[in-house]
Amino acid sequence: MSTPLSGPGSVQQTPGRGPVRTGSPRSSRTARNHAPITAAGLAAKVILLGLVAGIAIWAAFPLVQAEQWIGLAVLVLTTAALFYLYVGRRHVPAKYLVPGTLFLIAFQIVPVLYTASTAFTNFGDGHRGSKDDAVVAIQSASVKQVPGSTQYPLSVATKGDPTTGPLVFLITDPKTDTVSVGDADGLRPLDPGAATVAPGGKVTAADGYTVLNFGQASARSKDITDLVVPTAGGALRSSGLSRAYEGKAVRAYDAGCDCVKDSESGKTWTADEEVGAFVAADGDRLAQGWQVNVGLANFTRVLTDERISGPFLGTLIWNFAFAIGSTGGTFILGMLIALALHSPRVRGTNLYRMLLILPYAMPSFAMLLVWRDMFNTDFGLINNMFGLGVDWFGQGWSARAAVILVQLWLGYPYMFLVATGALQAIPRELTEATSVDGASPWQSFRAVTLPLLLVALSPLLISSFAFNFNNFNAIYLTTEGAPFPADNPSNGATDLLITYTYRLAFGGQAAQFGFAAAISLFIFAIVAVVSAVSFRRTRQQEEVYA
Amino acid sequence: MRIRTTGVVAVLGLALAASGCGGDNKSSDEPAASASPKAAAGGKLVIWADDKRTAALKPFTEKFGQENGVTVEVQAVPNEDLQNNFVTVSSQGGGPDVVIGAHDWIGNLVQNGAIDPVQLADEQKAAFNETAIKAVTFNGQVYGVPYAQENLALIRNTDLAPEAPKTIEDLVATGKQLKAQKKVTETLCLQVGQKGDAYHIYPLYASAGGYLFGTTANGDYDPKDLGVGKPESIAAFKKIAALGEKGEGVLKRSIADTNSTATFTGKKCAFLVSGPWATADVKKAGIKYDISAVPGFAGGKPAAPFVGVQSFYVAAKGKNKALAQEFVANYVTKPELAVALYQADPRPPALTAALDQVKGSDPDLAKFVEAGKNGQVLPAIPAMAAIWDPFGKAEAAVIGGADPASTVTAAGKTIAGSIK
Repeated sequence: MSTPLSGPGSVQQTPGRGPVRTGSPRSSRTARNHAPITAAGLAAKVILLGLVAGIAIWAAFPLVQAEQWIGLAVLVLTTAALFYLYVGRRHVPAKYLVPGTLFLIAFQIVPVLYTASTAFTNFGDGHRGSKDDAVVAIQSASVKQVPGSTQYPLSVATKGDPTTGPLVFLITDPKTDTVSVGDADGLRPLDPGAATVAPGGKVTAADGYTVLNFGQASARSKDITDLVVPTAGGALRSSGLSRAYEGKAVRAYDAGCDCVKDSESGKTWTADEEVGAFVAADGDRLAQGWQVNVGLANFTRVLTDERISGPFLGTLIWNFAFAIGSTGGTFILGMLIALALHSPRVRGTNLYRMLLILPYAMPSFAMLLVWRDMFNTDFGLINNMFGLGVDWFGQGWSARAAVILVQLWLGYPYMFLVATGALQAIPRELTEATSVDGASPWQSFRAVTLPLLLVALSPLLISSFAFNFNNFNAIYLTTEGAPFPADNPSNGATDLLITYTYRLAFGGQAAQFGFAAAISLFIFAIVAVVSAVSFRRTRQQEEVYA
Repeated sequence: MRIRTTGVVAVLGLALAASGCGGDNKSSDEPAASASPKAAAGGKLVIWADDKRTAALKPFTEKFGQENGVTVEVQAVPNEDLQNNFVTVSSQGGGPDVVIGAHDWIGNLVQNGAIDPVQLADEQKAAFNETAIKAVTFNGQVYGVPYAQENLALIRNTDLAPEAPKTIEDLVATGKQLKAQKKVTETLCLQVGQKGDAYHIYPLYASAGGYLFGTTANGDYDPKDLGVGKPESIAAFKKIAALGEKGEGVLKRSIADTNSTATFTGKKCAFLVSGPWATADVKKAGIKYDISAVPGFAGGKPAAPFVGVQSFYVAAKGKNKALAQEFVANYVTKPELAVALYQADPRPPALTAALDQVKGSDPDLAKFVEAGKNGQVLPAIPAMAAIWDPFGKAEAAVIGGADPASTVTAAGKTIAGSIK
């Protein structure tokens, strides 16, 4: 109830001035309008706006080059709006809100929307590009050397300017040493005296033609790879810049039937827009597919595929246990240590604090790997030190205990730090008052310290929970989900939803981004619900204790 | 009011000036961009390789550049990200002109339209080891130019085990004897780990009669004929289980990629199953060693290791494909480069001439090649990606004592389910 009282009304009035002056709220605004423009303020404004303009122009060139007109329009409008907003002196609230909003859009909303839109496609390996890309790939992959054909030494030449003139191939027949010139119309022999041939057969000069060196030729790479000189058996193509071969494209796309035909085997693959691939009558698919919209298929797969829905519940429960165990365990341990060191009777607290936060100072990435090796059955430090023979990662419960133990070690220094900070913010008078009232230390902790701590730390606990819920590294760098039941290699005892789905989406045949996006939307929904519920409860708590 | 207007004007003017600066930056970039066709009168070739190879490549690419008046830029990309990054930039229409990587990427690169075939003349192909050319051939097309090949072999500590074991049974007997004499603590260092390791167990699996994919009439692997889950594979895993933790205790999940070589160099085991990449560590540890083929089960098939090939690819979306083709098809096929790459990373060169050059100074190479004689080309078909994880886990489970029949059948089902 206290919030509305200290709400907007009191904020608008400049403290100290409002009650004294009887003027309307406008007075403060006009005062602001007449505030002098300081040199530093002006400079900051100019530099920041200059940066905006600079970035906008830098970003505009690639957009123009790629002919992304919508993107360019968004860029121009955003930049114009920013200038309008900050050059003028009005719209003060917007000046504060816009930067945060822009970053929110760029780093939160756009990625989420992109993920959501990907979830409705089959985007993944074999389905990355457009249909045109797939057709080009199929055709160029089907060019085969004509069996028994000759390899010719090649020089690339032109009749005109090296950078723009029409290209020709000058080739030498290795058997007869005759030089021919080839272009899109075909091959014509060149007069024997007109060309200078180097040993090895490469033409170095020819009358009427400029022979391109590698540098000049490579600048026209696309023209060279596109140049096909028709011959009786197929066509001459370049293999690099110094060799030509006679090849034949075996497969060709026919727009009429929207299919790919193989001229050798006579087989036909027809485009299937549902799956984004060329499929033959016998079900055979060409590997090169394209990206299509698959509607809700990815979502229904999550719900109907037995491999996914079967172990889902068990994984979800363990996932909650892991997140709660990691968060709760580190919190309790960190808080207990913080409480112990908070006592005025402890000496050398600084030294203790320094030692205690050491695990926090080490890179968790490396530490996870070290811990993994320490749990090794035969060579690990833990078994060797205690003389045990526990197969830690080989049994479900020991593996789960092990990963939570590692999390505890990695995470408690953080909780210790924040709890120390929060404890110091609780006035000692409160606990002293309880002891005057005759409360035991436990009662005073239970009734005063803990609730006040929780008010301060709840948001951190919730974010820690959300982080641990999706703590990919903690599992992937230690057990990798092991142990796996003998009859199901896709779901292990320590798998979190995120490691499990990572394996489903990327561990099988190939990367399936569409499917992965669909699953991440499910996980997003779970985490969002949990966070929303906990924040609501925290707010109620705050209202009680505030 | 006056202050305000001047303020606005000043801000506008300066902002425009600043944006003018931005524009200047750009326009100083732009001549570079428009000059690039002209400087590309110098032409530019961009190569992606992993860190080790980048250093070895540089002198050669510089020479290639100088000889031909082009610039060659070699960019180091960590090996584990290389394929993925390449496919991603390629689908955006950009990326390098040439990529260097393992041959089993080919299936995935082709299905994403990321690489083009390389047209080699017959005499060029003949210069290579036959297996290497077979490895880079996919759907009847050659997609890369190989430069090195690698396969597993048995590395043994000759102080502990002077004789190369003929069979796995021999090896186990020797290992047990050494263990009884307290000379070693492990019989065999063959990495398994909690997730298993399909690559390292494959020789034993093959020796026991298992197979991954059948072959079609033209010798390609056939994803429709999956060997995992078939009776042969169950029989093979039974033999592996007999060596496992509940059996002989020769294969253990506690031996993993992280400690397998270290255990061998620490003289805790007499036999190590590994590839050419392990010899550097073994030499450093000062261990007397010899290399022989991985032994198979007595009376079984040969223990065929997978043969992998490192190769050069021409990117389909490269800006400078003609030059890239020239570099890959006509320059990389020369032995000098293969020798230099061998010196950067000692794996047997795929060019016969290059192998002949270096094998005199490095007897290990010939031994590795000999050990891979019975080897099978690592399948490059995209379906192979579906094998690794389930197969490895089935291996780990069976070695840990799970029932081979149900485990392998389940693995077969999982694999079949993720092959399209």
